[in-house]
Formats: sequence, C-alpha cells, structure tokens
Amino acid sequence: MKFSFDRRTTLIAAAVVLVATLVLFVARSGPLASMRVTVAPAARADLAPLLFGIGVVEARRSYLVGPTTAGRVRHVAVDVGEVVKAGQLLSEMDPVDLDQRLAATSAAARRAKNAVDTAAAQLADSVARREVAAANARRYEELGRKGFVSSSVTEGKTQEMNSASAQFAAAEAALAGARQDLARLDAERAGAQQQRSNLRLLAPADGLVTARDAEPGSTVVAGQAVVRLVAADSLWLKMRLDQNRSAGLQVGLPAEIVLRSRPGQALPGKVARIEMLGDSVTEERIAQVAFDTPPKDVSIGEMSEITLRPPGVKQALAVPGAALRLHGGKTGVWRLAAGKPGFVAVKTGTSGADGRVQILDGLKEGDVVIVYSEGELTADSRIKVVSTLTGS
Amino acid sequence: MISLAGRDILHSWGKFVLTGVGLGLLIGATLTMAGVYRGMVDDARVLLTNSGADIWVVQKDTQGPYAESSSIRDDVYRGLLGMPGVAQAANVTYLTMQVRHGARESRTMVVGFEQGQPGEPGYLVAGRRLLRGHFEAIADVKTGFKLGERIRIRRHDYEVVGLTRRMVSSGGDPMVFIPLKDAQEAQFLKDNDAIIADRARTEANPALNRPGVPGLLDAVTASQTINHSVNAVLVKVGAGDTAANVAQEIRRWKHVQAYTREQMEEILIEKLVATSAKQIGMFLAILTVVSAAIVAFIIYTMTLGKIREIAVLKLIGTRNRTIAGMILQQALGLGLIGFIVGKISATLWAPAFPKYVLLETADAMRALAIVMVVCALASTLAIRAALKVDPATAIGG
Repeated sequence: MKFSFDRRTTLIAAAVVLVATLVLFVARSGPLASMRVTVAPAARADLAPLLFGIGVVEARRSYLVGPTTAGRVRHVAVDVGEVVKAGQLLSEMDPVDLDQRLAATSAAARRAKNAVDTAAAQLADSVARREVAAANARRYEELGRKGFVSSSVTEGKTQEMNSASAQFAAAEAALAGARQDLARLDAERAGAQQQRSNLRLLAPADGLVTARDAEPGSTVVAGQAVVRLVAADSLWLKMRLDQNRSAGLQVGLPAEIVLRSRPGQALPGKVARIEMLGDSVTEERIAQVAFDTPPKDVSIGEMSEITLRPPGVKQALAVPGAALRLHGGKTGVWRLAAGKPGFVAVKTGTSGADGRVQILDGLKEGDVVIVYSEGELTADSRIKVVSTLTGS
Repeated sequence: MISLAGRDILHSWGKFVLTGVGLGLLIGATLTMAGVYRGMVDDARVLLTNSGADIWVVQKDTQGPYAESSSIRDDVYRGLLGMPGVAQAANVTYLTMQVRHGARESRTMVVGFEQGQPGEPGYLVAGRRLLRGHFEAIADVKTGFKLGERIRIRRHDYEVVGLTRRMVSSGGDPMVFIPLKDAQEAQFLKDNDAIIADRARTEANPALNRPGVPGLLDAVTASQTINHSVNAVLVKVGAGDTAANVAQEIRRWKHVQAYTREQMEEILIEKLVATSAKQIGMFLAILTVVSAAIVAFIIYTMTLGKIREIAVLKLIGTRNRTIAGMILQQALGLGLIGFIVGKISATLWAPAFPKYVLLETADAMRALAIVMVVCALASTLAIRAALKVDPATAIGG
C-alpha cells in the first residue's frame, strides 16, 4: 500500500491543532476561564460634589381675590394675562338690596340732622322764655317786697321762672340726643357704604391675572376666588431633593437651572430658602431656588432640573465609585495584591461629580483596586487585568 | 503491528474528516440546545443573585414580583426595617417595556432601585454609579446602549451613565436601572390625554365637585395623580439570623408575603420557566436521539462502503478481532472529531444568540460520554455486517 509521509504529518498536525483549539476554548469560556477586570489606583484628587433635584416654577407671592361673604358676581373687569395695578377694580359682586339700604340710612341721617335743627330751635326758644320768666320773677319779687302785689302772685312768677329753667334743660338734653342720633345714623350710613365698597374686589398688589375662576352671574361662597393674581416678578423654583442625597444643602449655593422648555440652556440661580418642613412621605427635602435674572416667557408649573454644587474637598484620597461593592453586608473595594483580589471594607466620604468617591479609611494611596468586572468577584476569582471591558 | 484503522483513514482521509466535521456540527447544535436550556435556568438564578436579596417581600397572596404582579405601599419597608433580623430593606419596582434605541426597539426590564441598597447592580463594566436622584440610568450591555446615550422611558429622557453585564430578567430581557422615584412614576403614570380625561370625569362627578366646597376638586384631582406603590421590598438578613425565620416573622406580623431565596428559585424555575424549559428539553431529547441515529447510520454505511476491502482482508486471513477493532477505532475516532468540532462550534456561535447560552463543562463531558457510547453501539451494527461478509465477494463471487 502506498503511503505518503507528508499526508500523515499533516493529519497529525491537524489533530493537534484541533485539540489545541478545544483546550483554548475550554480555558477561555468555561468555568476555568478567568474574569476580565479593569483596575485603578487610589489617588489624590479634588472632588466636586453635586446635588440634584427637580424644581417646579412657582410664584413667591400669589393672591386669591374673592368676596368675604357669599354672593353673586355682578361683573369681572379683568381677564387672564392682564397686568393690574394695586387698587385696580378686578370684579364687583351683586349688592342685592345694599344700595336701597344705603339710601334708607342716608335719608334717616338727613332726618336726624333736621331733628337736631329742631331741637336747637327749641333750645333757643326755651332760652328766651327763661330770660323773660327770670326778668318777670325779679320784678314781681321787688313789687312783692314793697307790698304792691300779693305773695301768691310773686310765688307764681317764681314758679314760672323755675319751669322755664327746666324747659331749657329739657331742650338742651333733646338737642344732645338728636345729635347722638345723627352720629349713629351717620355711622350706619358709613357702615353700609363700607359694605358696598367691600363688594368691589380690588387688586391687593401689582400683578398678573392668572385665572378668572367665576363669571358674572355665578354664585361664590365666602373665600372662593373670583380672580387669581401672581406677582410676576417673584417667580422662583420649589426644588425637591432626595433626603439621602441632600447633605451640604445650604442657602446661597449657586444653582444651574435647566427648564424643561429649553433643555440645552442652564440658567444661573441661587438657593434662596431651605424649608424647615421636609416631605416625610416622599422622603424629600424642599428648598426654594431663585433665578439670578428671571427668564422671560417662563410658565408657572414648569418642571426643571436643578444642579447645586456644594463646596468640594481638595486632594482627597479617592477611587472610582464603580469600585465600591457590597460584600458580606459591608461596603468596600477589591484590592489587588500580588495578582489576587482581596476585599477591604472602607469608609467613604464625599462623592465627586465625576463619580469618584473619597475614601476616609481602609485604603492607602497607591493601592490598586478593581473598578469594573465581568461578574461578581470572590476571594478566589481568577482575574485578568485589561484596559477596558467594552468596545473589545 | 500495523494500525488497520489508521491506514484506512489515511486512505480516504478527506471523506473521513468531512464526515467528522458534519457530525461535529450536528453535535454542536445539540450542545447549543442544551446550552439554551441551561441559559434559561441560569437567567432565572442570576436574576435572584443580582437583586442581592435574602428575602422578597411582596403583596399578600401573590407570587410576585417576577412570576405574578405585586403591588405594595412604599412605606412598608420602614416597618420591615424595625423587625429583628432585618439588616437592610429597600423598595424595588420592575417594569417590562419596549425601549426604543434609534430605529429599533428592544424589550427590556426597567428596574427602579434605591442607591446603595439591595437591588442595585453589584458590578459595572463601564461608566459610574448614579449620582443624581433622577434621570440617570445604568443599562445592561445587551441593550446596545453606550455611555452618554439617552433612553426615553415614558415621559422622560434618561442618560446612560453606567453599563453592566448579565443583568437580565427571568425571561432573559436585559435590564435598565433607573432611580426608584422615576420608576414609580414611569410605572403608574398615564399619558396626558388619559390624565385630562380623568380630570374631566372627576369634575363631572357632583359628589367630588360640590359648589359650596372650594378646593375639594383640586384635592381630589391631586390625590389621583400620586402613586406610592412598589412591586416588592428586598430584604437582607443580618448576620446570625436565618432567612427562613425572618421571612416567617414578616409573613406573620406584616400581612405581606415573604419568600426566601430557595422559595423564589422554586417559583422561578419550577413555575415560571418550567413550560419553556420542558419545551426545550423535549426538543433536546429528540435532537439527541436523531444525532445518535445519524451517527449510527454514518458508521454503518461507511463500513458497507468498504465491504469489498473487508472481504479481501478476510480472504488473506485477517482475524475477526482485527477487523472489529478497525471499525470500532474508526467509529470512536469519528465520534471524537465530531465532539471536538461540535464543542468548538457551539462555543463559537453561542455568544451570537440573542439570549444567554450557558455551555456547562459537565454537559460537555456528558455529551462526550454519550457520543462515545453511541459510536461504540453503532459500530456493533457495522461489525456484525462486516463479520458476516463472505470472503468470496472479494473476488466478485
């Protein structure tokens, strides 16, 4: 049988290649394969943290203008979008019989004034009578002393004088009473006038009409708004921050405000107020952020993303945040020592905006930690350090 | 002694190798099918491992959150934290949805998690963890998203800041992780038309829109748009307590359902993927039988093709053992080549599958044993045929 040496060698070589390929594949993709990881050293870096929250545009001052008693709207003078001045008439309520009552009290007051005049005239009359009676009484007393008239006549004249004095006192009292009556009726008329003017709803401050909640003819209860106003120059943002990511929040922090209507533009602002009351249900803190220069055409209720930059730490020992793992109930990193990973529990501090996390305790400068890995690491993971896990 | 089998193979090596490769591809397909089955089960396991929980607390009388839907209030976790043995408790939501990526859509599971708590992806392959409380996402590399790309989920855009790997739902869909509050909103937020229609409905209801009670309508409308539900609470048990005991206490006092890792695994593997796994298993069994039959036929026909040569061998007085040995060696050789080619091809094409294919070494070893046994059995058929050959056939008798 003819037999080629070359062919045999080729076949053996092919078999060796085949087996080698198998071994390679088993070593690279089975449980024997090593896990690819990337590493980074713990190094000093400046960390600039950030706080992020969602804000809603609100007016710092808004006014609900409505009647103080239930009634029917007679007319509404302004419409949504109008700019109004303080004191401007916004709406008027139907007075029902208030005008008639005002007329009645006015008439009563006028009559009371007449009554005062009458009483004054009566007083003058009683003064005159008293003077005549006094003169007569003096004369008859003189005549009586000289014996020209009987004592009964003298006594009669004295009594007339006393009567005239009493009438004068009565007329004086009647005049005072009439004056008080006049004052009362004047006050009543003023009160009715006040009530009448209370039905005219006036703007409490300069502002912009945002809602016209009732139309003429509709009935509103006390306290219900007919017109709503906001002070257009007082727009700010109510910002909500997750409680567990609100450390470092303070008044005056500069803010970058990105309104939903203009996503590409960051408007500058400042934290104007931090609310004492947080939201216990949503577990959020609330802060008010004011625009440095309020933008035009911004609508109340618009959503925005607000980024705050609290002061950072300089030259802190830090590792990439992706290196932090939870292992055995502890937060730590996998430190690479002599090619083998070992878990080290660490204490973390500030996180920077670039994802680096300050290490307060547990690592030394220059320690190499595993950042990215293809799977969960364990103490006896076989690892292979590569430069990147994606894009390969 | 000369190797008859080796000589014969060398004689028609092309045919032998091609047959081996063909057989290998068939074995590769069978191995892949086993890998698909293992992958399904592994998807379910990896989902549980990645959530990092010891106990899953879900709505009473449900088998949520993966197998059934479950909804509990998002303040339940506070009560759980106060229970003895509970080290950590965190809300989590799961929402399966189509996520648009450029022109194509991919099915993903959107997970809402709390940062630094169970439910957070344990490791990353690129990027960073979430820093902002809203509108940032970590995506599984299988979703196809790159760092810095934006994912639209319902009303908001989320920036991909981190990538992870092997984070899948029990159905094998890759996951996208977003902050819990956003996820709660995404899960229960209706579209604007529905919200406006709801408002109109409320307004038309005289009981909720009473003329004498200003503000009532606003209050009712506001209460309709808030959502304080999550799908499950993930609990980590402290050192020194067993998950079973803590789960028992939770079930007893908190009026919710609590599952331990073992129970959850049973729900996922025995109930959720059971039917599809059986489907694949059935197919795998048939494929194994068919492969065995094909191997047997190939060896049988290969022997029949050499019947003349065997007759010559017999004629020159070759012993039966030698002939049987030659056929058996060839069969086993064919099986070995087939297995190696099969294993390599399965390893090569497994990553191209859209879902995870797990090729286990134990499965490969089992396959090797089966291939060898089937080859040996098949060769007995061929050996019988060869031994029955009349030496006279060699001289055309």
